[in-house]
Amino acid sequence: MKALYSLFLVFALAAIALVGAGALGMERTFGLYIPFLAAAVFVVGFCWRVVQWGKSAVPFCIPTTCGQQESLPWIKQSTIENPSTTTGVVLRMLLEVLLFRSLFRNNQPQLYSDGRVRYASSKWLWLGALAFHYSFLIIFLRHMRFFTEPVPALIRGIESVDSMLQIAAPTLYLTDLVFIAAVTYLFLRRVVVPNIRYISQVQDYFPLFLILGIGLSGIFMRYFAKVDIMAVKELTMGLVTFSWKAPQGIGAIFYVHLFLVSVLLIYFPLSKLMHMGGVFLSPTRNMNCASRKFRHINPWKFENVHYHTYEEYEDEFREKMVEKGIPVEKPL
Amino acid sequence: MSTLPRPEELYAKINHTPPKADWMDVPVDIKPGRYCYAANPDSLNYVGLPHARKWNPLDEDWKLPENWKEIIFNGIRERLDKYRSFKVFMDICVRCGACADKCHFFIGSGDPKNMPVLRAELIRSVYRGEFTTFGKLLGKFAGARPLTEEVLKEWWYYLFQCSECRRCSVFCPYGIDTAEITIMGRELINLLGLNIDWIATPVANCYRTGNHLGIQPHAFFDMIDFFCDDIEDITGIRPEPQFNKKGADILFVTPSGDVFADPGTYTCMGYLILFEYLKREYGLDVTWSTYASEGGNFGFFTSHETMKRLNSKIYMEAARLGVKWIIGGECGHMWRVLHQYMDTLNGPEFQSSNMTVPKNPITGTVFQHAASTKMIHITEFTADLIKHGKLNLDKSRNAGIHLTWHDSCNTSRGMGLFEEPRYIIRHVVDKFTDMPPGTIREETFCCGGGAGLNAGECEELRMMGGLPRASAVKYVHEKYGVNMLGCVCAIDRAVLPGTMKYWVPEVTVCGLHELVGNALVIPGEKEREVNLRGEDLPGKEDE
Amino acid sequence: MYDKGKILTGLAVFVVFMTYPFWNNIGRAAYVKPELEKPRMAKECVENVEYMRAEHMAMLNEWRDEVVRNGMHEYHSSFTHQTYAKSLTKTCLKCHENKDKFCDKCHTSVAVSPYCWDCHVDPKGVKQ
Repeated sequence: MKALYSLFLVFALAAIALVGAGALGMERTFGLYIPFLAAAVFVVGFCWRVVQWGKSAVPFCIPTTCGQQESLPWIKQSTIENPSTTTGVVLRMLLEVLLFRSLFRNNQPQLYSDGRVRYASSKWLWLGALAFHYSFLIIFLRHMRFFTEPVPALIRGIESVDSMLQIAAPTLYLTDLVFIAAVTYLFLRRVVVPNIRYISQVQDYFPLFLILGIGLSGIFMRYFAKVDIMAVKELTMGLVTFSWKAPQGIGAIFYVHLFLVSVLLIYFPLSKLMHMGGVFLSPTRNMNCASRKFRHINPWKFENVHYHTYEEYEDEFREKMVEKGIPVEKPL
Repeated sequence: MSTLPRPEELYAKINHTPPKADWMDVPVDIKPGRYCYAANPDSLNYVGLPHARKWNPLDEDWKLPENWKEIIFNGIRERLDKYRSFKVFMDICVRCGACADKCHFFIGSGDPKNMPVLRAELIRSVYRGEFTTFGKLLGKFAGARPLTEEVLKEWWYYLFQCSECRRCSVFCPYGIDTAEITIMGRELINLLGLNIDWIATPVANCYRTGNHLGIQPHAFFDMIDFFCDDIEDITGIRPEPQFNKKGADILFVTPSGDVFADPGTYTCMGYLILFEYLKREYGLDVTWSTYASEGGNFGFFTSHETMKRLNSKIYMEAARLGVKWIIGGECGHMWRVLHQYMDTLNGPEFQSSNMTVPKNPITGTVFQHAASTKMIHITEFTADLIKHGKLNLDKSRNAGIHLTWHDSCNTSRGMGLFEEPRYIIRHVVDKFTDMPPGTIREETFCCGGGAGLNAGECEELRMMGGLPRASAVKYVHEKYGVNMLGCVCAIDRAVLPGTMKYWVPEVTVCGLHELVGNALVIPGEKEREVNLRGEDLPGKEDE
Repeated sequence: MYDKGKILTGLAVFVVFMTYPFWNNIGRAAYVKPELEKPRMAKECVENVEYMRAEHMAMLNEWRDEVVRNGMHEYHSSFTHQTYAKSLTKTCLKCHENKDKFCDKCHTSVAVSPYCWDCHVDPKGVKQ
């Protein structure tokens, strides 16, 4: 049900763009105003969210240690999984952000009838997530060809590597295939695996469908509907240089694509997609593990804390202590 | 109390398929055997925790204060500001499910709300409903729900089915730590007086007497004295531990469980033998304290403030006695607190400037990694001694033992203590086999009774949670003949014997320094006939 | 312990990265859709303009396959009702004399690098 709601929502969004930019002829609204607004909401909203997190204190040094600590000089420390230097922490974060280190550990317990629990390696989620995020990144970078003139060599390089199999014309982007496959996998596991279905919410399905919609509409207009790409570039360049004029005759499918992207940009800072910024702020990963070596300072204070002092303790137990010959501060 | 099903029955009942209905529509069902009794109001009052009263989790009416919702909301608001972990973890979970099957309580119970992601969602759903725009506007559609008494009961039930072991946080791509969420959740329900007695009473005891078990100084003295009698019987040498001695070099703090309950007591005897040996051989000057007679900290399972209050005694006592540095005994969450919290909580206020960076006077090793906290783990200390050849160890006295090693959750994922104990093991035991990968080191399983869940009344829960650990032990037992499970945690030593008896009755549990105590040859000792447990040593059975 | 500096640095990197399209174009000449050189001799292409604009790549791809694999060299246009040789250099480039003033204009602008020229030689290009 939750998946269906989300699917309908994405269909409705696509329909809005089709009607708006197509039938009602609101090309300027859907081609310029909304995308610009969305980009602004995305950048400002993202920063706002991160700043809000940043305003919360980090009172304690609570990294999750995933390897041997630094202790005796002859014991080999796990310098990345349990870092005690800034370099180590940076490397740990890089592994986490670039290679999804923690997800790579994934395994799956299986209960056998002989009473044993076994743990099978389970790397599919890691692979799917990695494929999804990297193909998304490459696709994002590739799109910079619409926002730059001349197109930088890096972008052209990505473009040619991505189409290196030279299949069909316009040449097939490999990332398009990987992207659709990965999103489909991420969606299917949510509906097929009972426990994942149980924890999934509308806000898990919606971004998947939205992103799938963006991918499919993009693929459709590149390989099938073939919108006027030069007119598109005129619009996108106009958008980023503030010389806003809506070119005519691009084709409604383009506006569907652009509108869904705009919705994604606006939805981003309001949603779980903020994990993109949040992962950097996770105290269990981004802190130095050498918490006995360096004192971490808590910026706030506990107020009106009561302690049970030694004096109070001795006052209560002095006789019993003296009886056993335990030294006391004040004799009986 | 409910009757515990037989292991095969319990195992056969585990079902990992969730119900059809949405989890928000499945009402909480507080099952006997899986919950702990409510806190004794006297205990809460003793430490000044709010809303102490008699109540029963099975009752309809929990006698909540009039403005309980307001208290919770203010509590959440305050903690969102104070703890970035809480705020970020509330916001960024994508429900990928990587954590879902990592929790020992989920693996062993099949209760879907024991999936770490869902345990967090119990609180997250309320957070969304009250603190986020989307949640306020869209309600259930955005995964939000209002806070009701039902929801609060659900929180309580599942917050006390989490042992804060952090295993899920190892697998989470963003490091979301359910322990952190449980800690916040428990702080919140503590604002309403909803603690459990197995935590609240130890807290009150510790506050008053210095240890969880409420052992008063004379009794503490007597118990240690009793161990000294035993050691004298076994070795012919009587240790003479020092108590509250001003001017000693080193303060020794261990969990009071070691002083109180088998098999922790044997570990305690191990410490006594070690320190006696070092005193005689090298003049090491160690003192115990009856005031700071607890390393463990059940305040950690109540609130950060309570943790601070109980923990403060260690630095205060170190300052009063004028010791240079501190050694901590074998304990799990105690070391989480010592390693990651103590120096921040109480260092600035209570750490004496006369303390120095720990330096082993026998080997000259400077424990630079503890330069600021000035407290080291006893396995770090012992491993250093062995490395420098300072201990005379006779492994043959542990020859009957085939050991496997339980990495305790807190020393693993809140510290990273893996090789120190293993190094010692290799010098005190001949036969040692690790359990399979995925069940040890940073991926180790909780014993099932951490974070205050070792109460008698929640035994079924504990057996469920203990299944993954027990299963791995069973494997090495059947395949390699392992008969002893070693650990460095007092809660493990309290919980695992029961778990083993239930799942793998052939395996018993010991602490590491019990094995050290058995192996260590004190100069002038008589030929030992029995080990610290009073069992015949290998080769001495027939005499 | 707020790591204010690190967070703001991170955000600065994020903003710079995400607003690249905006700041990158500051100070550059406004984008003008490339002007294509019209053939001097011909008035019509093999198909109508809209079709050619959208489908020329697919058409050339098809021509290549048919010529090389099936030996079918003739293209019958339903638009001009004439027959053309399926040849990039002999048909297309006969009218669109300058690759750099026609093909390359758009291709460069949207970073398309057709692999036609992996094998074919631009007749004009050779002289340069």
